[in-house]
Amino acid sequence: MRIPCPLCGTRDRREFWYRGAAVDLERPAPDAGVEAWDDFVYLRENPAGPTRELWYHEGGCGAWLVVERDTVTHEIGRVALASEERS
Amino acid sequence: MRLAGRGLIDRSKPVAFEFDGARHSGFEGDTLASALLANGVRVMGRSFKYHRPRGVLSAGSEEPNALVTVGAGDAREPNVRATMQEIHEGLQAWSQNRWPSLGFDLMAVNDLAAPFLGAGFYYKTFMWPRSFWEKLYEPVIRRAAGLGALSGQAGGERYERAHAFCDLLVIGAGPAGLMAALVAGRAGADVILADEQARMGGRLLAETYEVDGQAGHLWADVVLAELDALPNVRRMGRTTVFGAYDGGTYGALERVLHHSGRRPRGAPVETYWTIVAKRAVLAAGAIERPVAFRNNDRPGIMTAGAVRAYVNRWGVSPGQSVAVFGNSDDAHRTARDLLAAGVHVPAVIDSREDAPESRDFELRRGAVVCDASGRRGLEAVTIRTAQGEERIAADALAVTGGWNPTVHLTCHMNARPVWRDDIACFVPQEGAVPGLRAAGACNGAFSTATCLREGAAAARAVLEELGRTVRDEPLPEAEDDPYRIAPLWAVSGKGRAWLDFQNDVTVKDVKQAAQENFRSVEHMKRYTTQGMATDQGKNSNVAALAVLADATGRGIPQTGTTTFRPPYSPVAIAALGAGAEGKGFRPERFATSHAASIERGAPMIEAGLWYRPSYFPRDGESDWRQSCDREVGYVREAVGVADVSTLGKIDIQGKDAAAFLDFVYSNMFSTLKVGRVRYGLMLREDGFVMDDGTTARLGEKHYLMTTTTAAAGEVMKHLEFVHQGLQPDWDVRFVSVTEQWAQFAVAGPKARELLDGILDAPLDAADWPFMSCGAVSVGGIAGRLFRISFSGEQGFEIAVPARYGAALFDILTDRAEALGGGPYGMEALNVLRIEKGFITHAEIHGRTTAFDIGMGRMVSAKKDCIGKTMSERPGLLEADRERLVGLKPINADGRMLAGAHLFREEDPPVRENGQGYVTSVCHSPMLGQMIGLGFLKGGSDRHGEIVKMWDGLRGVTTLCEVTGPVFFDPDGGRMRG
Repeated sequence: MRIPCPLCGTRDRREFWYRGAAVDLERPAPDAGVEAWDDFVYLRENPAGPTRELWYHEGGCGAWLVVERDTVTHEIGRVALASEERS
Repeated sequence: MRLAGRGLIDRSKPVAFEFDGARHSGFEGDTLASALLANGVRVMGRSFKYHRPRGVLSAGSEEPNALVTVGAGDAREPNVRATMQEIHEGLQAWSQNRWPSLGFDLMAVNDLAAPFLGAGFYYKTFMWPRSFWEKLYEPVIRRAAGLGALSGQAGGERYERAHAFCDLLVIGAGPAGLMAALVAGRAGADVILADEQARMGGRLLAETYEVDGQAGHLWADVVLAELDALPNVRRMGRTTVFGAYDGGTYGALERVLHHSGRRPRGAPVETYWTIVAKRAVLAAGAIERPVAFRNNDRPGIMTAGAVRAYVNRWGVSPGQSVAVFGNSDDAHRTARDLLAAGVHVPAVIDSREDAPESRDFELRRGAVVCDASGRRGLEAVTIRTAQGEERIAADALAVTGGWNPTVHLTCHMNARPVWRDDIACFVPQEGAVPGLRAAGACNGAFSTATCLREGAAAARAVLEELGRTVRDEPLPEAEDDPYRIAPLWAVSGKGRAWLDFQNDVTVKDVKQAAQENFRSVEHMKRYTTQGMATDQGKNSNVAALAVLADATGRGIPQTGTTTFRPPYSPVAIAALGAGAEGKGFRPERFATSHAASIERGAPMIEAGLWYRPSYFPRDGESDWRQSCDREVGYVREAVGVADVSTLGKIDIQGKDAAAFLDFVYSNMFSTLKVGRVRYGLMLREDGFVMDDGTTARLGEKHYLMTTTTAAAGEVMKHLEFVHQGLQPDWDVRFVSVTEQWAQFAVAGPKARELLDGILDAPLDAADWPFMSCGAVSVGGIAGRLFRISFSGEQGFEIAVPARYGAALFDILTDRAEALGGGPYGMEALNVLRIEKGFITHAEIHGRTTAFDIGMGRMVSAKKDCIGKTMSERPGLLEADRERLVGLKPINADGRMLAGAHLFREEDPPVRENGQGYVTSVCHSPMLGQMIGLGFLKGGSDRHGEIVKMWDGLRGVTTLCEVTGPVFFDPDGGRMRG
């Protein structure tokens, strides 16, 4: 599998470290309530199909990336810097 | 039998080799199989189950029969295909799966028992009693079955791992592959041309056709010469592309030195390649399938394409009198090649009633071979025509049932091949592997001209996609015969007709599977073991599923294929693991004091990838405890020196550095004054402790964070994530400086005295209070000094650029020794911190909170931080959670063990009664007994209580008093003084 890092170009997945769903970017406010925090910390979808994931280019530039990946076809879609991806 | 004046071997270079201890001679360019055939050796192996004598069936990597063991001692390699092994001077090969010899094999008794050994025999027979499964049945079956054996010794040969990148990977160097590489190479694309054979050319080497007005192999040589002259084309011979993976990544195995007896220093025997290609052209050719008939596994029966290859490429005839049997014009071509080489062809048996006439040989139309005789080598075949049966003497038989395109790689990413009725075979599904195109015979194009055309067209399409200009060039002239075939899978009749030669699967076995309702092709495969041998059924799977289709009354496309998985042909584990064995799997990291520690005889222990000294033994000390106690004494009474460089050091700078640290640490760092250090606790977002360490404020916008040795990488990732992912607008940057600075702890009542002796300016006590930091100069070198302590004594850590580390360590230890102290290792460091109740990852092991370790108040109420909200969950703040305590045996000689469990004194030690556990223990020289840290339910409120420490594994029970976690100098006067 190869991931196109927006800064370094397309690299082998061994250069990257996988964190999990990009939900981690949507940190609730401290007072958002129990359910919002439970969702944020613990609840994850497990889709067969497109996902948005967080990968760290540990063996490269050190950028955190949001990677769109299809768990069925393994196709990599859009890749963006996490720092530019937050709403 | 060698044929005069034929073949592409070099007759000026004879090569001597051994097979089963007998000496033979061949020529350069021979494979083991061709050389053995030339020497009249017909039996090359025994089959897996029935131990039937077997000769070579093919001339390529699909070979099921002629598997041998090559090499000796720790370089022994089993299951080498004789068709792929090139001979070289001194080559030693042995046959397999026979005892005592290839000619006389006692296990051949299995063949007589064949009526009982059909499909599912094992499943039905070895059912009862259950207790026999592992103890009796499996060992016996494993001994009886199997092929070659490994040497059982480690590391005889070197294997290597390598990576390559290209615009276009061409897999296979037959006419289609050569043409693709040529077109793309001429257009300037970066091309890798890989072929599993030693010599490139594919079927052009095995056939007599002309290309561009010259012999096919000569045309191939011209093309190869042009490719070699192109700097943008790389040829990889003896390289099998065995797998297609995501993102245009291909796995390939290069057999670097198997063809040579020489082993130049450091040269690998095989290289495992990862090739990343923007595009790929699969030109893998096709594999010929035999026809199943009674006793079709006799030595001397081989595929027609293999016979032509042996005759035309290696100048060898498999026999004196070679009959030909088939269902396409290939049978006629084979007979013509044999006749041209002067070999007698007693008959061509063509199953097609409408087969074209020929005056060159005796042709039997509408006939089939229905039996073969000659146990150790073919003597005659029986043919069946409309007139009846007839016996024809022949010592070899060439068989063709048609060609199966080598679609394997196109199916490695879940696609299935498509059945084509007109040519009776499966072809690749278009777009099956992104970026890969099939061309030539592997795409169902069987004439030389269509191979050339498809190869060129595939390369052109690739070039257009890559945005390169393509010139239109004429294709070379070549044979364009139609492929006329009438499907024939198995000849009906009594007896056993083989499909899978290696695993001994017959037509009867497949029919029986269908009868017993194993109708799915995947079930049939597993029930009969069809296609499950080392050759993965390359020349038998399609015929087997055709037989299954017939037996179940379905069509071939409805029956479908089994799943194709990588690798295409076997890859040694040694090749897959190349570079990752031994220390390659786990690299070593050494601190700058490493050599000095080794010189002092310190046993080194691993801390992550780092190596740290356990203790520094002195003459006369008989065990580590003596050394450790002495080193603890240095720190408590004089001064000790320890290398602490392995701790993670992260340099943090930026306008928002202070705000950032407030966010990642549970406590406040924005209030920290420049020139001061603070202990920080870092939480995960779920509220549990992630790591701890001290952070120094070196400037208004400049901090230096330390992490534990083990968590350095994890913390770095975490900081980057919190910044980039959660606070991207903050102006702050991080860089790991762990390896840039060598840092040493100098601790003990004489620590300041020691430092005053080496620093360029003496320390003024008033300027260096506890938890201060700043710049210092040592021998003219700019360093940093931190007044921090992990021992509970007056302590400093001095840091210098790493290149001065070794020198500084020597100076520090010399000075320490002059003051009655010396270096101390990890054991003493551990004792010192347990006596003070300082935690490590033994305590913050991922399931403890700040509240649990008695640091609940370090989660600041004044600000948000990572983990804060979740740490406030009621369940994480309950008073009866397991909380950090000190533990001290009530008898001074009581033993404590880390990992032991805690119970109430009166309770039996069973899980339901568990009260907690012990995390760290040591013998405390200060207290003169063992002490420990642990977690106890409601532990903070149970000081003074007696609990039972129980270690069921080691059989130790000790009554302990619960105490606070700080055993020594609880108010910290020594540390601050």
